[in-house]
Amino acid sequence: METHECDIVVVGAGPGGSMAAKYAALGGLDVILLEKRAEIGSPLRCAEGVSKKWLEEIDMPPDPAWISADMDGAIIVSPSGHTFKLDESRAGNEVGYVLERHLFDKALAEQAGRAGARIWMRTAATGVIFEDGKVAGVRANRMGDELEIRAKCVVAADGFESQVARWAGIDSSLDLKDIDTCIQYRMANIDVDPSYCEFVLGSAAPGGYLWIFPKGDGKANVGIGVQGSKCKLGADPKHHLDKFIAEDPRLSKGSVLEIVGGGVSTCPGLEETVADNLVVVGDAARMIDPITGGGICHACRAGMYAGKVLSDCAEKGDFSKEALQDYEDMWRDSMEDKLYRNWMAKEKFAELSDEVLDKLVLAIKDSDIEEVNVYNLLKVIKDKYPELIDEFESFI
Amino acid sequence: MKVVYEKCLHCGCCVGSCKQNAIYLNDYVLEFSDSCNRCRRCIKICPVGALSMEDE
Repeated sequence: METHECDIVVVGAGPGGSMAAKYAALGGLDVILLEKRAEIGSPLRCAEGVSKKWLEEIDMPPDPAWISADMDGAIIVSPSGHTFKLDESRAGNEVGYVLERHLFDKALAEQAGRAGARIWMRTAATGVIFEDGKVAGVRANRMGDELEIRAKCVVAADGFESQVARWAGIDSSLDLKDIDTCIQYRMANIDVDPSYCEFVLGSAAPGGYLWIFPKGDGKANVGIGVQGSKCKLGADPKHHLDKFIAEDPRLSKGSVLEIVGGGVSTCPGLEETVADNLVVVGDAARMIDPITGGGICHACRAGMYAGKVLSDCAEKGDFSKEALQDYEDMWRDSMEDKLYRNWMAKEKFAELSDEVLDKLVLAIKDSDIEEVNVYNLLKVIKDKYPELIDEFESFI
Repeated sequence: MKVVYEKCLHCGCCVGSCKQNAIYLNDYVLEFSDSCNRCRRCIKICPVGALSMEDE
């Protein structure tokens, strides 16, 4: 068996992994970035909608090369068809671009490579190497060859599967109610507004929502997330999505060009994302917004923090859990309150009847919110229906 | 476990949902380890209904 040595081995070249690899490499570390697939960013497992502001924060100025469409706003559709349209000036941080993820992810990986990280494609992690009870690297399969990759620290960026963390002893398993199971069709020849993301609430998507994210004229990602605990039919997401498309005249005659599936966590982040010689980032660390299902911005930020902290740790020659604590503090400062608040909100909203959801959408429609974001929406709901909010009032 | 590969999207939803971490997506093939406790979560959650118990 071949053995390789490096400072940092990163498992997964999604946004979190590439950012971690980039910033660790910029810190002068010898980084190997593993990607099990034959193409970075493919197959897609994402609705591709992101907000705008955070891109500057991670030093990725918007680039038409990986932006598929620029949104003017969002439309929220209640179960009986009431709509609430918010334009960009009021939608604030919650809408923005629809990306070309396969190109965005490649752009991030390209930056990691430019910073000096070695990218090994078609290399799947198959296990974690322990030495004296501590993580000492990963076992991997590189195009059929079994390898040992020994490293001072492992970055687990393996996405929703989150197997590396669990192999290493961090329990990232999820309750069924904290999983949304998703399916999405890339559709063409449909008649949707090309500049508004659409979100459909209610029993058409039990515990989750349906989305239409436009990708240029006549094209869109049309998908659904269904809460795991509410699945009862077998193939629930596909069943509900097919029904939705069949009943919507804008979509029913369209063509499906691609089918993608995937899981989304809807919990707060993991209680622990570091161990001796191990850092967990992005979806693997359950850093997805439990209301919107958005995780790209969180993964990018966490990856950046991880890479920077790893660089600091290298200077001290210390990758212990204590030394990596700075990473834990940084991502928690940046997003933990919001993840927790939105998880509490999700717990509540996932149980609402269509009738109540209709009322809520109407309440929001009639309000005069200046900037619409999850926080402000909760405030409006609080004013009108305080009984829905009381359990997580302290977060508002 | 039985997998209908004609349906499977290789999306990894079952892998991340498995409490036992008993599923491994080896390229396009799902491998199930002995730690499977037949909880049926993966069957319930598969977005396309590709999974079932072999002996049922």
